[in-house]
Amino acid sequence: MNKKTSGNYIEKTDVYGKIWIWTAAVIIMLVPVVICLAYNAWPVATNVLKGLLGVAPLFWTVGVIEVITYTPMLGVGGTYLGFVTGNITSIKAPAALTAMENLGVKADSEEGEVVSTIAIATSSIVTTLIIAIGVALLTVIAPVLNHPALAPAFENILPALFGGLGVVYISKNPKLSIAPLVFMIAIFLIFPSLASAVGVLVPVGIIISLVAGRIMYKKGWI
Amino acid sequence: MEFSVNSPFLYAVAAIVIIFVLAQSVFFLVRAYRRGKELGMDAKKLRKVVFSTSIFTIAPAISILLGVVSLSKFLGIPFPWIRMSVIGALTYEVPAAKSAADALGIALENTITDPKVFTTVAWVMTLGIIPSIILPPILMKKIKGGMLKIKNKDQKWGDIFMTSLFLGMISAFLGVVFADLRGGIAGFIPLFVLLVSAALMGVCGLLIKKLGWKWLETYAISISMVGALAFAVFITPVIVG
Repeated sequence: MNKKTSGNYIEKTDVYGKIWIWTAAVIIMLVPVVICLAYNAWPVATNVLKGLLGVAPLFWTVGVIEVITYTPMLGVGGTYLGFVTGNITSIKAPAALTAMENLGVKADSEEGEVVSTIAIATSSIVTTLIIAIGVALLTVIAPVLNHPALAPAFENILPALFGGLGVVYISKNPKLSIAPLVFMIAIFLIFPSLASAVGVLVPVGIIISLVAGRIMYKKGWI
Repeated sequence: MEFSVNSPFLYAVAAIVIIFVLAQSVFFLVRAYRRGKELGMDAKKLRKVVFSTSIFTIAPAISILLGVVSLSKFLGIPFPWIRMSVIGALTYEVPAAKSAADALGIALENTITDPKVFTTVAWVMTLGIIPSIILPPILMKKIKGGMLKIKNKDQKWGDIFMTSLFLGMISAFLGVVFADLRGGIAGFIPLFVLLVSAALMGVCGLLIKKLGWKWLETYAISISMVGALAFAVFITPVIVG
């Protein structure tokens, strides 16, 4: 496939992606608007601001960080789709990384772009369908989901996911893994309260990893 | 219109949003699949990606469904359904709802009956997540341009750069399981779960390499995750008592 055709696909994906994501942004903003109109119940602005103060400082920061860190990993199509459908850390990014790893394609290649988009689109469809089915059968499913015996499973989704994913990446890049891993373990052992802001620490891990990688690359160790 | 957190009107709004999300996903899936075939990629392998990703998604998706269930007492079903299907994340929606409830001086345990309270919570949860959807189209060109520059300048460093991004992210989520270790034996549970997941992945890797079980590649991440979750269900009562 020549470069021009390849560039065309990515460029077109960017255009379509922008149309979809801006439409999504409008739809999402319209949801509270139509609810307010339908019930003629507009909230008091200061109450919204007060509520927003509790979440915006952290989650807006995490939002900025996630966009900067995940975009190179997920590719153009994967990013536009992943950020509309959400749950990037717990589903979309691991799904894309695993799929690219299994097929042996690089994230910055066009094959990587294709595989990442397929993985993210598939996981979005499956997630949406599972939630829809779950909502339809909620009276049957809710007691099962809320059963105390299952609570430990839902509390440990991320360690269960990243344990397996970690082995794949660390075993392939042992030298590159040491610095970010040691740093992250140390920081969470010393400051356990940072666990609630793990999203903010992702770029810190990336910076440590990049600096260590650059040093090792320059010294010819990797 | 009389207000109810589970009114047919709110279900209709949810349905429109869900259909939009599904349409976007199908659009990108079909385009990428066709492009993959144009690039000469094996259609069988591409279908395998669809299959293995579907299997892998089930367990985390159920945990998201749990988020809908846990918020449904306070907000009804349709609104949490919307929030969990678009942009949202389990880690965000519950704190956002709680922050809005705190601002209004109400408890998450009671179902909202006042539409003004409901719309306040709806606005807080929506505005709190909005940067995640408006930033990708704004920053895309800059980020992709930067990546291309690095790659064109030095291909090998470009590859190391990408790998470092992955490892930085993975390290953060591996390191976070060490946060509760100082809280006693119960704090070790996430670490044990992580180690079991890692061990299961290691075993899968060995079976793939040594016995040539290539088919296992499709299921390895799902096996390690579900196995580790089953272990969490088993070990938690043993440790906590």
